[in-house]
This record gives sequence, C-alpha cells and structure tokens, in this order.
Amino acid sequence: MSGHSTYQPQNGILRWLETRLPIGGLAHSSFIAYPTPRNLNYWWTFGGILSFMLGVQIITGVVLAMHYQAHVDLAFRSVEFIMRDVNYGWLLRYIHANGASMFFLAVYIHMFRGIYYGSYKAPREVLWILGVIIYLLMMATGFMGYVLVWGQMSFWAATVITNLFSAIPGVGETIVTWLWGGYAVGQPTLNRFFSLHYLLPFVIAGVVVLHVWALHVAGQNNPAGIEPKSDKDTVPFTPYATVKDSFAIAVFCILFAWFIFYIPGYLGHADNFIPANPAQTPAEIVPEWYYLPFYAILRSIPNKLLGVIALFGSILILAFLPWLDTSRVRSARYRPMFKQFFWLWVIACIGLGYLGSKPPEGAYVLISRIFTAYYFGFFIIVLPLLGIFEKSKPLPNSISDSVLPAKA
Amino acid sequence: MTRTITALLLAAALSVAALPALAQEGNSSVPPTPPPPQQSWSFAGPFGTYNQAQLQRGFKIFKEVCANCHSMDYVAFRNLADPGGLGYSDAQVEALAATYRIKDIDEQGNPTERSGRPADYFPAPFPNELAAKATHGVAPPDMSTLAKARTYSRGFPWFIFDAFTAYQEQGPDYIAALINGFSDPPSGFKLPEGRYYNKYFPGHVIAMPPPLQDGQVTYDDGAPQTVEQYGKDVAAFLMWVAEPKLVQRHRTGFQVMIFLIVLSGLLYFTKKKVWHELEAPREAAHGQDLAKTTI
Repeated sequence: MSGHSTYQPQNGILRWLETRLPIGGLAHSSFIAYPTPRNLNYWWTFGGILSFMLGVQIITGVVLAMHYQAHVDLAFRSVEFIMRDVNYGWLLRYIHANGASMFFLAVYIHMFRGIYYGSYKAPREVLWILGVIIYLLMMATGFMGYVLVWGQMSFWAATVITNLFSAIPGVGETIVTWLWGGYAVGQPTLNRFFSLHYLLPFVIAGVVVLHVWALHVAGQNNPAGIEPKSDKDTVPFTPYATVKDSFAIAVFCILFAWFIFYIPGYLGHADNFIPANPAQTPAEIVPEWYYLPFYAILRSIPNKLLGVIALFGSILILAFLPWLDTSRVRSARYRPMFKQFFWLWVIACIGLGYLGSKPPEGAYVLISRIFTAYYFGFFIIVLPLLGIFEKSKPLPNSISDSVLPAKA
Repeated sequence: MTRTITALLLAAALSVAALPALAQEGNSSVPPTPPPPQQSWSFAGPFGTYNQAQLQRGFKIFKEVCANCHSMDYVAFRNLADPGGLGYSDAQVEALAATYRIKDIDEQGNPTERSGRPADYFPAPFPNELAAKATHGVAPPDMSTLAKARTYSRGFPWFIFDAFTAYQEQGPDYIAALINGFSDPPSGFKLPEGRYYNKYFPGHVIAMPPPLQDGQVTYDDGAPQTVEQYGKDVAAFLMWVAEPKLVQRHRTGFQVMIFLIVLSGLLYFTKKKVWHELEAPREAAHGQDLAKTTI
C-alpha cells in the first residue's frame, strides 16, 4: 500500500478501471508484489489464519442470523431449531461456536508471537495498538454471541459480566441499568446484544483493514527482528507467502474440523443446554475458556472495584507494551533473559486460565494471586528493567545472513 | 536470579495439579460423588453411530416411564423416522402419532383435542412448569437437551486427554449411572422428606424417585430386562434426542477430514516447490543432495 505501484494491467477493461479506481494496483502492491522477509517462520501464518477465521465467522453468522430469534422465549428454541430442522444448521452452528474458540486460539498465538519477537516496537506501535483494539472488539463480540444462545450460562455470564460495571463508584448501578435496558438481564439486553453482535464483526473487519494497512507501511517484523536491507532479504508476497499461508490455513482447518465434527461440545459448558432461568443460579458460573485468565485475575483480588480495574488493566496494559519494553533489540532470539521471563509469562497466562475455571477457594486463590502479580510484574517491572540490565546477543548483519549458511 | 524465579514459578505451576486435593477438604458429612462409570457407547468416537435397536428400546422406556413426568418439547413424532436415528417407517410413525391426543383449536375457535400427526411434537405431561412443580415439588427437566446438559467434572489432566480421545459421552454416562445410583442413604445422612438418595447426583439428594425396576419394561428383542440395561438404553435414546444429527456429523466429518488432509498434503508440496530455490543454499549446507530434493 506504500509507494508507487508497479502494476501493469494486461487487459483493456482493467486498464480502463485502473485509471478511474486504482483498486487493481492496490491489491497488487498489497498481496502480490508486497515484499515479505524471507525468514518468516510458521508463527507468521496466523495473520492469514485470523483473516480466514473472521470470514468464516461472518459468513456462518449471517446465515445463522436468518434463523435465529432474539427473544427471551424463543432464542433457545430457535437455536435448537437450527440444530434440528435447518438444512446443515448443526454444521453452521458448530462451525460458528467452535470458530469463535479457534479465532481466539489463533489470536493468542498471534499475540504471543508478537511479544516474543518484539513486533510491537518502533515503527510498529500503531500496528500493535490496532491489534489490541481488534482483540478488545473480539472479546466483546464473543461474549455477546455466547449470550445469544440464552442458556443458563449465557444468562448468568451476561449477569456477572455486566455487573462488573456496578463496581464503578457513584454511577455504577445507573450504568448497569442502562446496559441492561431494564432492572435485570432480559429482553432488551438480548435484543441489543444481538444487534451489537451482528455489528461488531464488521467493525473488526474495518480495524483489520487499518491493521493490514499499518503492517504494509511498516513492513513485517521477522524472527531476526532486524529490518530488511536489500532485495535479498525479502521475497514477494505472491507466491511465497500466499502458498505458505494457504498451507497453514489448511492444516489449521484440520484442527478446526476435529472440533466441529468430533468434539463439538468440548469447549462449551453443559449448563448452556439448559434454557435460561433467572430464578435459578448455576452451581458455578464459568465464562468461555478464552476469558478464563482474566476471570482468574478478577477473582484473585478481594476488592470488587480493584478486581475490575485489574481485569481491564490486564488487557489495556498491552496497548502500552511498546513503551514499557525499553530494550532496542526486538527478537527474543537475541535476548536470553527476556526469553526466560517471556516463557514464565506464558506459563502464568495458561495457569491463570486453568485457575479461572476453578472455584475461588483455598490454594487456588493463592496461586492465582502469584500468577496475577507476575502477569503485571512482567509488564511493569521486568520489561522496563531488562532493557537496562540485559546483555543481548550480537545481531546478524542482515536477514539473509541469519538464514543462509556462513560462507566457507 | 532468573533461575530462581523459573524454579519458583514452575513449582507453582506444578502445584496447581495437586490443588483439587487441597480444595476439597472440609464438609466431611456429605459422602464423595464418584465419577460415573464409562460405558462403551456405539455412538462414541469419530466413527460412532446409534444402535437402532437400543434407541428403540430406550424410546419404549421413555414412552412408558419417563414421559409420565418429563416433557420432550423439541422432538416431533416425525423425527422417529429420521435417518441415522430410530429407523421407524413413515407408516409406523403415523400409527404411533395417532395414539396421542393433541390439544388444538377447532374451526369455531374452541379448544379441542384431536389425534396426533407426525408433524406434532411430543405433548408434555403437564400444562405448564408450575403444574409440574406443584405435583412433584421440583419440575422434572425437559428431556430434549438433557444428555448434553448433564456432565461431571473430568478434572486435570483427564480433560486434556478427552480432546484427543474425543470423549463426548459425559452426559449419557452420567444418566446411565444416575438410573442405577439409587440406594438407602448411609447412616448419619439426613435425607429430607420426599427426597431420595442417589450416589451420582451432586449433593446426593434427588427429587426423582427410582424410576425403573428390573422387568418393568418389556423388551421384545431379547435384551436383558434389568435396570442396568434400561439405564444404558434410555441414556442412548436421550443422546439421540439431544444430538439427532450425530451420525450425519460423523459421516460428513470423515469426508471433510480426508479432503483437508489431501489438500494440506498438496499445499505442502506446492510450498516446497515454490520455496525450493530460496531454501536450496540451506539444504545444500545441511548436506542434502539437491538433485534428489528437486521435485
């Protein structure tokens, strides 16, 4: 998307179009001629996988919306109607429900990769922040989609999550009533969640365009964490990245299909097959797996307001990552201490995920607190100090030097 | 310093595995709830299909016993003829539906009753939930999604293995166990009036009386007429009720898997071919014969 396009339309109609709307040149410079570092590994294919998943979710979601009823008395029944009577409705629904999980799995790998290789560092801060915005939008969209099923867990998750805002001093209760459109989670809540759940994916798609735009201005980071210096360091997007991304997407689809066809209920919760009942609280209210680390952080703090601040802080702190990390070296490959702290942070995130699914009692709380402390300590203490004290390994001269064998 | 932190955090991570033992201390008056025994279901695994005879036996139990208290709102008579399910013919379904009385409104707008048609849904035993509750103390749950709405905790690390072994039968395992889990309460256990003791029910106090006794439902296919067999058959039937497209899902899944694996293989070799020249210096450095790796 940067610089002048080298696109030469071969066909008269395309030439005619190009002088009026240079969309061919845009596509050509973005997805064909765009130079990508030659040393990208398979962790870099998750951007393509995520674009694919967004498309899958929008297409299946639009068809599901044709059969879904956003009404408290009909929502659960309409979902069962989709599962039983709509042609391939069971397939659409299982793709969509498991697709959300696959989407989050891919985005977590994408984020871990970005942190490991320092992809948020100058000049890619805006690219990174746009990514954090997409992630926040995904969380909101996923949450509201889960509520639409209107099972017990849908209803009570909606109640618990919207109630978080009641912790805000003074105006909390008013905000919650405003969010609900009433004095409890009910018909207005379900209806607006459906409206927003349909809207937000298109907002995500819009921010994804900005994300890709920012990416194509700054260029991709790479495992060596150094900028390309010559043509030898890069390869054109097509065919190199397109074929590699296609292969990765196909392999990812095998995993996706395993969930859809063989373990469609694995990531769900049995209570959500019970219709929503405001008069009966389930034994445990557990969010979907992709929110569990944040749920654990929330519950590890005994004060409600501070817990809510920690919950939102744990996500928002990601936006400040480019400035919290003071090291100039991007890739963990050349940062021996960062590498260790990073993997500990990954363990803390996964550990918090497990603890989020457990009742907040006894030793679970203690360990949640240790992991929460480390989660924040990684950003606030470790990253700023490492830039000062860490002795990084020497960087290669160029990307080609890092991948090609040394000349004999 | 990093070594120490690594050791500490790893120790913390590992101790998470030992946590359930710590967390479950206290309240010793309630006996523990054992995990339901795992049955070998015909519908388990990637190639599982329903056992037609078992579903028909389970349906007989539902019709004669369960349906006296439980509704099954999302299943229509016509579903009994659906492929991959009970395998009844359209004529059999029509005859069965005709034995039911369905509430309707006649042409003058007056409430009436007529005999059932295949398109009708199974009528509920109670006009509404309050009536069910008034009769039983607790409204018996609707059975349409029951086999997916019941589960038990698998715990760490089993829940991880379940993703690979494709264990999805917690619900039917639980239901089969529950049917067989009734007994007198252990001494010292305080059972409220009108409630029953069940080993597998969370908290052990269940409102449902033991629903089945040996020989209660007559089988005409020679299967043993025991509570153990009844439990399995009705659980299998309820799994079909909750997941009627399972056979179609498994069959489609196999086709999709074959397609994706072939596609991935083709794309892998395409990628190798495209990247070959770039990778060539590296392959040469690793002692690979370039002539042999050329596709």
